[in-house]
Amino acid sequence: MTEPKIKQHLRILIFSVVGMFGFGFALIPLYDVFCDITGLNGKDYSRAGSSPQTATVDKSRTVKVEFVTYLNKQLPWQFKPEINSIELHPGERYQVSFVATNQSDQATFGRAVPSISPGYGAQYLVKTECFCFQEQMLAANAEAVMPLLFYVDPNIPADISTLTLAYTLFKNEPTADSTTVAMR
Amino acid sequence: MSDIQSKDNAEQVISELADTQHGSEHHGAPKGYKRWLYSTNHKDIGSLYLWFSLTMFFIGGAMAMIIRAELFQPGLQLVEPNFFNQMTTSHGLIMVFGAVMPAFVGLANWMLPLMIGAPDMALPRMNNWSFWILPFAFSLLLLSLFTEGGGPNFGWTFYPPLSTKYSPDSTAMFVFSVHLMGISSIMGAINVIVTILNMRAPGMTLMKMPMFVWTWLITAFLLIAVMPVLAGAVTMILTDKYFGTSFFDAAGGGDPVLFQHIFWFFGHPEVYIMILPSFGIISAIIPTFARKQLFGYHSMVYATASIAILSFTVWAHHMFTVGLPLAAELFFMYCTMLISVPTGVKIFNWVSTLWRGSISFEVPMLFSLAFIVLFTIGGFSGLMLAITPADFQYHDTYFVVAHFHYVLVTGAVFSIMAAAYYWLPKWTGYMFNETLGKWHFWCSLISVNILFFPMHFLGLAGMPRRIPDYALQFADINKIVSIGGFLFGLSQLIFVAVVIMAVRGGQKAPAKPWEGAEGLEWTVPSPAPYHTFDTPPEVK
Repeated sequence: MTEPKIKQHLRILIFSVVGMFGFGFALIPLYDVFCDITGLNGKDYSRAGSSPQTATVDKSRTVKVEFVTYLNKQLPWQFKPEINSIELHPGERYQVSFVATNQSDQATFGRAVPSISPGYGAQYLVKTECFCFQEQMLAANAEAVMPLLFYVDPNIPADISTLTLAYTLFKNEPTADSTTVAMR
Repeated sequence: MSDIQSKDNAEQVISELADTQHGSEHHGAPKGYKRWLYSTNHKDIGSLYLWFSLTMFFIGGAMAMIIRAELFQPGLQLVEPNFFNQMTTSHGLIMVFGAVMPAFVGLANWMLPLMIGAPDMALPRMNNWSFWILPFAFSLLLLSLFTEGGGPNFGWTFYPPLSTKYSPDSTAMFVFSVHLMGISSIMGAINVIVTILNMRAPGMTLMKMPMFVWTWLITAFLLIAVMPVLAGAVTMILTDKYFGTSFFDAAGGGDPVLFQHIFWFFGHPEVYIMILPSFGIISAIIPTFARKQLFGYHSMVYATASIAILSFTVWAHHMFTVGLPLAAELFFMYCTMLISVPTGVKIFNWVSTLWRGSISFEVPMLFSLAFIVLFTIGGFSGLMLAITPADFQYHDTYFVVAHFHYVLVTGAVFSIMAAAYYWLPKWTGYMFNETLGKWHFWCSLISVNILFFPMHFLGLAGMPRRIPDYALQFADINKIVSIGGFLFGLSQLIFVAVVIMAVRGGQKAPAKPWEGAEGLEWTVPSPAPYHTFDTPPEVK
C-alpha cells in the first residue's frame, strides 16, 4: 500500500490530538483574556496600585453600589460590610469597611474573591485599595476592619444604575504574601 | 452510487475472489482465545466491538430499569438517593461511551474496508489495542460502583463542584476510565481516517464513496478534535480534586462556569459523533429498499460537513441559564437553529429518495423509516430547546430528557439496530428470522414511544431531571413512562434472540441478500471470508 503516506497521515493526526489536548488547557488563560477584553462574567480585574484617579466627578447622575458578602462554610468567620449600599456620583472616591471576626480558637487564613454584577459593569468599578488584593490572617477570636477604596468609572453606560459587589470569603492555606490584619 | 459496481461484474468478482481465497498463502483464523485477544483482523475486531456494545447496552439498560422502577411511584421505595444518582450517571456514561460509540466503531471496522475495497484497516495492530482498552475502561467504571462511598454520582456531565469537592472517593477511577475511553476512540478515529484516505480501491474517488464512509470520515475528524479536550477536562477535575489546583474552584481564583464551557465544547460535537454515522446508515438502507438511488448525494456530503463545522459554534446552548450576556445567548440561539438547515436537507433527501420508490418493508427498512420520523420529533424538541427564552422553562426538566432520548434512542440506537439487521446476513452468512425481527421492531416502536413521549409533558409541567422522588401530580405519567420503559427493555431481548439464532444457522444468505442493495460489500460472499479484497476491485 501507500506506506509512507500512511505514516505521514499518522504523524499529522497524532500531532493534532496532542495539539487539541493542549488547546483544552489553553482555554483556561484564553477564557480569562476573553472575559478581560469583553468585560463579561463579572470578573474583577483591578489590581493594587492600578489606575490613579484622573477622572472628573460626574454630578449629573448617581449609581447605587451594593455590598454583599458570603462565607464559605469551611471558614469559621463572620464577615459583613459596614453599610449595605451607597449612592455615588461616578468618579467620586469612597471608602467602605468590611468587618471580619474569627470565631474559632485558632488563627485562620482567608481570601476574599470578588464578583460584580451585572457582569458587563465589572470593569467600571475601579478599586484603588482593597483587602481582597491579599489573603488575610486572623488570629484566634480576633476582629478586623478591612478597608476598600474605590470609585465608579464615569464612562459607565447609562443603563447601569446599580452595581452589586459580592465578596465570597474562602479558607486559604498560608502562603508567602500573607498579610496579618492588625488586631483591634 | 450505482456506478460503483454493476450487477454483472459483481458475480465475476465473487468467483475471482473465491479463487484468490483458496490460492493465497493466508491461513485462517487462529483457534481459541488467541483469535480474539491477538486479532488484527478488521472483521473479528468489528465483531468484538459489536458484542461489547451489546453487553454494555444491557448493563446500561439494567440501570435504566432501576431508575424507572424507583420512579414508578412517588416516594423513595427501592434505592437510596445517592445510589439513584450513581445509576443516572453510570447509565449516561455507559450508553454514550460503552454502547453507542463502540457500536459505530464496530460497524466502521466491519464495513469500511468492505465498502471501499480495502483488505483491512490501515493500522490493524492499533485497531486491536483500541478495542482491548475498552473492557478495562468499563471494568474500572463499573468497579467504582462497589467502592466505599459509591461510584460517580454527579451526572454524566460531571460539573464541578459536584465532581470535585462533593464527589465520592472513587472519582479517580471515573477519571481514568474516561481517559481510557478517550484513548480508545481517538485511536479508532485515527485508524478510520488513515484507512479512508489511503486504502480506497483504484477508481473510488472521494465523491464516489458510500455515505456511511463519508459520515464516518467526518465523525472521525470530530473525534480527533474533541476527545482530547474531554481528556483535558477530566484531568483538570482530577488535579482539582486530588492535587490542590483550582481550575474550577472559585476559592483559588478558578471558575466553575469555565468547566461548562470546556465540557460542552467537547459535548456538543460529541452528540453529532453519535448521530452522523446514523445518517450514513440510513442513507445506505433507504435507497436499498426504495430501489432508487439516494436523492442528492452531493448535498448529503455537504450537509454532513456543515453539521460538523457548525457543531463547534453552538456549545453554550446547553448553558443558557448560567448567566450569559444577551449577545452570547442570541449568537448561540441563531447558530443552533442554523443546524436545522443541513439536518433538514438530509431529512428531505431521504423523503425524496422514498418518493415514487418501489418500497418494501423488511426489518432494516422499518427501523430506518421509524428513525426518520422519530429523529425528526427529537429534532423539533431540540428546536424548542434552542429558543433561549423558552429554554429557561425547559432547562433541566424531563423535556430535555425526552429530547435527547428521542435523538439517541430512536435516533442512534434505532439506526444501529437497522444496520445490524441490514448487514447481519453478510456477517453471519444466514438470513435472520424475519418474523421475530418484525416483532422486535413493533414492540420497540410502540414501547419506546410510551416510554419517551409522555416525558415531554412531565418536563413542560415542571418535573426536574435527575431526581429520585417527585411531586404527586407527576405520578400518573411517571407510571406510564415506567411501564413503557420495562416493555422497551424486554423487547430488546427479542433482538438478542434474533442475533444468536442468525449466528447459529438458518436459511443461507446469498452474497447480496437485498435485491436493491448497491456497493462493494455485496460483491463478497456471505458470510464475508476472513480475508477480502486481497486484490483491490476496480471501481468504475
